[in-house]
Amino acid sequence: MRAIFLCGLLLSLLLTGCSSDQDSGAYNRGIYLLIDTSGTYTNELNKAQQIINYTLAKLNSGDTFVVASIDTASFSEKDIISKITFDDRPSKANQQKRIFKEKIDQYVKQVKSSRYTDITGGILQATEFLNERNSQTKTILIFSDLKEELKEGYIRDIPFTLQGFDVVALNVTKLRSDNIDPREYMDRLAEWNRRVEEGGGQWKVINDLERLDKLVQ
Amino acid sequence: MNIPASFLIVSNSPLLSLLLWFVLISALFYMARKPAHDAIISASRILFHAFRLGGASLVLAAKRLKVRNKEVLLAEGKVASERIIEREFERVNAAVTKDLSTFPALQRSISETVTEIDEDYHKSAEVPPVPPGWAKALEPIATISTADNSMVAEVLKSIKVALDKGQEKSLAEYRTSSKERHGWLKKMVPNLRQIEKGLSEANLCIKNLLERSSTIDRHMDEFEQINKGSNMVEQKLSSSSLTQFFISGFVLAIAIGGAIINFNLIARPMQEMVGGSVHMLGFRVADIAALVIILVEVSMGLFLMESLRITRLFPVIGALEDKVRFRMVIVSFVFLFLLASIESGLAYMRELLSQDDAALVAGLLGDVANNPVEMSGRWITMAAQMGMGFVLPFALTFVAIPLESFIHSLRTVLGIVFVGFLYLSAGLLRFLGNISRYSGKSLVNIYDLVIFLPLWVERTIVARNSIGVETGVAAENMTAFDSNSSKEQNDSKASTKKRMSRKVVTKKTVKKGDDSSLTQTQEVLS
Repeated sequence: MRAIFLCGLLLSLLLTGCSSDQDSGAYNRGIYLLIDTSGTYTNELNKAQQIINYTLAKLNSGDTFVVASIDTASFSEKDIISKITFDDRPSKANQQKRIFKEKIDQYVKQVKSSRYTDITGGILQATEFLNERNSQTKTILIFSDLKEELKEGYIRDIPFTLQGFDVVALNVTKLRSDNIDPREYMDRLAEWNRRVEEGGGQWKVINDLERLDKLVQ
Repeated sequence: MNIPASFLIVSNSPLLSLLLWFVLISALFYMARKPAHDAIISASRILFHAFRLGGASLVLAAKRLKVRNKEVLLAEGKVASERIIEREFERVNAAVTKDLSTFPALQRSISETVTEIDEDYHKSAEVPPVPPGWAKALEPIATISTADNSMVAEVLKSIKVALDKGQEKSLAEYRTSSKERHGWLKKMVPNLRQIEKGLSEANLCIKNLLERSSTIDRHMDEFEQINKGSNMVEQKLSSSSLTQFFISGFVLAIAIGGAIINFNLIARPMQEMVGGSVHMLGFRVADIAALVIILVEVSMGLFLMESLRITRLFPVIGALEDKVRFRMVIVSFVFLFLLASIESGLAYMRELLSQDDAALVAGLLGDVANNPVEMSGRWITMAAQMGMGFVLPFALTFVAIPLESFIHSLRTVLGIVFVGFLYLSAGLLRFLGNISRYSGKSLVNIYDLVIFLPLWVERTIVARNSIGVETGVAAENMTAFDSNSSKEQNDSKASTKKRMSRKVVTKKTVKKGDDSSLTQTQEVLS
């Protein structure tokens, strides 16, 4: 009896005490990266590549990663540049990461800038996709200046449903008009913050790309 | 201060309302004083007795547990002592089988050597042959004068020469014989040394056996002491158990550290086998699989140790036939060897995966040019990982020994801790009992403090009445002396007597100071 008790104790101790070197606590993570391809923001795409590579390095087997562009009408699967759910075997997952990187590199080389920026449509698409995947943690990364410009006739005043989502704005660059009146920039950030939090999501801004360690939880 | 309108007795005057409330509550409390006191006292008594009863029960349980602990401790000590004695007897048996089995050969060797020595001695004791007897016969001839007779002289001369020759020959023979005897004696020396060696060997064996027998005697004495169940033995065993507990706990902690290292060696490559994203009960299946492998290794180690009779956690294994046990030893060792080989392979796989990861990260983060991956020394880490993967399962086998000590000493330690806990709880319950008892008394006093005003009024009235009684007694004395007093005076006396009897009752009740009597006094007064 005592031996069984002790074995149970040892087992629970070991199970809680042991963890493999790459265990990040969460499993089955879903990350959806939206890349702004409007106007001059396409010049920032090399930074987006950096973020994608960093994210790829941090993801493990079973995680899902999607990279999609933000253009005139982003609420569409057509805007997805590349998507992957990594294989159970780490060696296979590594191969998939290499292929994914190549795809992104190719896309960056031939990207064309769009006239409009439909960020809301992109977020709605990301929400729909990640909810369908039923990932344990859901993160939407928005690589954009957050200046939304919609084509006439597009309705985007739709409230978000972002319970359990982390929304991270990356590299929110200051526009020329922001420099004239910084309140525009602050208002823009505050507006997105409000919309995300009203939808039940967590809002975060990372402009310093050296702080990417907090990007993937 | 805002008072709710419903509580205002006099509208627009909260202070007056408060005063009225106070008077009302005081009056109510005063009227309910006795039952309230009784309720408080009885509640505190109930709590006091309940806590005391609980404390006494815990003390009783602690005493029973202590007795049980002692029994268990003595039983374990007895088993341990039996085991030691058994081992000593096994050693004696081994010594007797090993050393005393050579005794007949030794005895034969010594007796042969003694026979040889005897023969040599006899040979060395042989006397050289006696010189010939005719030498004496020649003595008269030698005395014949040789002055005139040259022939006789010649004969004598030749006889002398012959005698000298004979003597020389005898001397030579004697010397040869002595040399031979010395040779025989010299031959006896190695034989004597051989005997001495054999005897010293026999002496060593006997000495060894005597030492073992004294050790057995000591352990037998301990065993007898344990059987007697003296307190000294209990303390000794208890202290020994505590020491064992801490030492084995320390060694087990080290072993757990080893197991964790082992786990980290195989958890990552396990993902290749069972998948890296499958989870069960919140744990990664690959981690669980790695842990199961380690636990299977530990179990195999336990079986190996049990089969070798080093530990005795499973009496069934210990009681098996030697042949079956030996088979179990082989089977568990083979399993252990296979698992160690698998671990070694997984450690190799881990290194390959690490290299792949490093290359991927370098490719993704663009560090290849800046920090090229150093490959030349990789074989060292690979070899080290493989070696650890192979050695650690065998090292974990020895966990069985501290585990056994830990399990055995755990019962004693838990018993001691639980007895301490019970005594502590009993003390706490007694403390709570006393607190409830005195808090009951305090509550009674606080109750009286709240109704201090009616109580003060009561005491004042009682005091005034008692003064009245004293005056009444004096007046009675006066009338007793005045026999010629008028009828009016007699009436007055009668009424005074009546009053007096009433006041005497009051005085008595006040003196008693009993709370219940106070109420009666109130009634009498009213």
